[in-house]
Amino acid sequence: MPNPDPSGHWGEFGGRFVPEALIAALDELEKAHAEALADPAFTAELDKLGREYGNLPSPLYFAERLSDETGVEVWLKREDLNHTGAHKIRNVLGQALLTKRMGKTRIIAETGAGQHGVAAATAAAYFGMECTVYMGEEDTRRQALNVARMRLLGAEVVPVTTGSRTLKDAMNEALREWVASVDHTHYLIGSVGGPHPFPQLVRDYCRGIGDEARAQFLERTGTLPDVVAACVGGGSNAMGVFTAFLDDEAVKLYGFEAGGDGYDTGRHAATITAGQIGVLHGARTFVLQDEDGQTIESHSISAGLDYPGVGPEHAHLAASGRAAYEPVDDAEAMAALEKLARTEGIICAIESAHGLAGALRLAKSLEPGAKVLVNLSGRGDKDMGNVVEYFGFDGASEKRGDH
Amino acid sequence: MRAEAAFAKTKAEGRAALVGYLPAGFPTLADSIKAVDIMIDHGADIIELGLPYSDPVMDGPAIQRAADQALAAGFRTRQVFEVTEAVSGRVPILVMTYWNLVERYGVDAFARDFKAAGGAGLITPDLIPDEAGEWIAASDEHDLDRVFLVAPSSTEERIASTVEACRGFVYAQSVMGVTGARAATSAAAPELVRRTRAHTDLPIGVGLGVRSGDQAAEIASYGDAVIVGSAIVNCYLDTDDVPAGHQRLAELTADLAEGVRR
Repeated sequence: MPNPDPSGHWGEFGGRFVPEALIAALDELEKAHAEALADPAFTAELDKLGREYGNLPSPLYFAERLSDETGVEVWLKREDLNHTGAHKIRNVLGQALLTKRMGKTRIIAETGAGQHGVAAATAAAYFGMECTVYMGEEDTRRQALNVARMRLLGAEVVPVTTGSRTLKDAMNEALREWVASVDHTHYLIGSVGGPHPFPQLVRDYCRGIGDEARAQFLERTGTLPDVVAACVGGGSNAMGVFTAFLDDEAVKLYGFEAGGDGYDTGRHAATITAGQIGVLHGARTFVLQDEDGQTIESHSISAGLDYPGVGPEHAHLAASGRAAYEPVDDAEAMAALEKLARTEGIICAIESAHGLAGALRLAKSLEPGAKVLVNLSGRGDKDMGNVVEYFGFDGASEKRGDH
Repeated sequence: MRAEAAFAKTKAEGRAALVGYLPAGFPTLADSIKAVDIMIDHGADIIELGLPYSDPVMDGPAIQRAADQALAAGFRTRQVFEVTEAVSGRVPILVMTYWNLVERYGVDAFARDFKAAGGAGLITPDLIPDEAGEWIAASDEHDLDRVFLVAPSSTEERIASTVEACRGFVYAQSVMGVTGARAATSAAAPELVRRTRAHTDLPIGVGLGVRSGDQAAEIASYGDAVIVGSAIVNCYLDTDDVPAGHQRLAELTADLAEGVRR
């Protein structure tokens, strides 16, 4: 397994840039996670949970009409069919089971649009744990439905009113709360970011995406894909699908970041493409920051990609050249979302549409018949408000008439 | 002037040092200089200048709001050197900063420019010695203090390795939680100071939560320095009347200074 060095670094990235007060808890977590993964009883229980509760493994689907249109083979890893509608169930079930193993009784989580919050609240309900979710005040208003879901699941939702009142501030608040409650509380982080061991731990719980897809691909085609593509915000679904293929040198890995209004406008969330190394939320990685190192607000139509940092392992894969990262702007992602809906009858999440859009763009430069695996990380039900607004599907008339 | 000079004086006087914290640029750039002068005039032995940061994960609401206010007014990292230069000479001036700001400026360049401005050293709440190779080299090169934190959750091994990396003093985070004035100080603090003292002869400063002369006196009974932050910041929050804030700060500092002298 391509793990970081013992101090939690991949090359110059990762590490632990947190208050000393959290180090003991991070050490405990690192040890507990390593022991859990080595314990057949733990992994068997997690597998069973995934199968019977999470609807795993997710299917690998050959998108025939989309393939005919693009001239390459498009294969979709259907994480949108998982319980709670995204790959995130893998992470929360793994971490919640680990929380139970550590004897802790409460989880806290940060959330942007609410998807990770809903997943965390789901796992907490399943295990009978207390759950508090920190969410930017702006987001609690825009995503009232997800707030209602979390509350229905028994979680407390705390609106965060500091800073820019967005996901990064929700993470700040979760870290602050964790310092004060670390003896009985686990911080169930939502992506492959944060201080060591979180990036490795979240990846380990998400890597089933790629492990399953690789086996499914071999079984169905007898070969490996030429390209694996995924969207990247913090990067958990992308690390989840990339990990199994890291040693397959012929398989090209592509991460597609949110280009927002367009990379050139400066209003985007293309953290790696913008390319400035810094420290944010406990890890050294690429950060959207100004000349002084103050964090810059990111912009994307996709709340799940709207984050000014990225997991340190992605930073390392980018720096080492093992994976390539490119921006996909709002318009390109929404066009891909619509195309998938109309050619395959699948409404994916706007996040996942970034990965698909990048893959479709890439397809133009690939050999005909090349095999492209796209991680369809989540379903689009949660995004229908944005879809209505974007396409103008708000009544009898359709504002876009270009097809 | 280095931290050592202040502790030599307070030790000779048989008392703990008073350390006052204020973000540079708060309530305004000019008034942060004025506020530091007020603290020194009324008995502060060491000054900690905060460097306003967009994502202060260790700070409670008071210091977050102060940092936001300074940043909204256009505060730039390099201005901390202006403030340092304006107030240095009478007591040691340290900067307390989240690490990304120093890394972005350039670790060696920051150390060089801060030293040139008359600074004593850095307190680094989100930089542990394990990650501090570049800073340790730069602080050696430019002869600056480096203050790392110990916490109630720190193991004996970590306390030992942390104090080994410190120069000037050791910062004991007395409660498991963010900065903010509290009615009662932490019961964990005396125990943490006792455990830390077993590993070092360096002075030990105790921070987080102090807001009165009585609390300062209590901490001074076991710590070598009493660190006050949020209570100082509170003098200037929720008011446009900066002169009244200066007046409150003068009274607060005098009360705290009396506390460490009991």
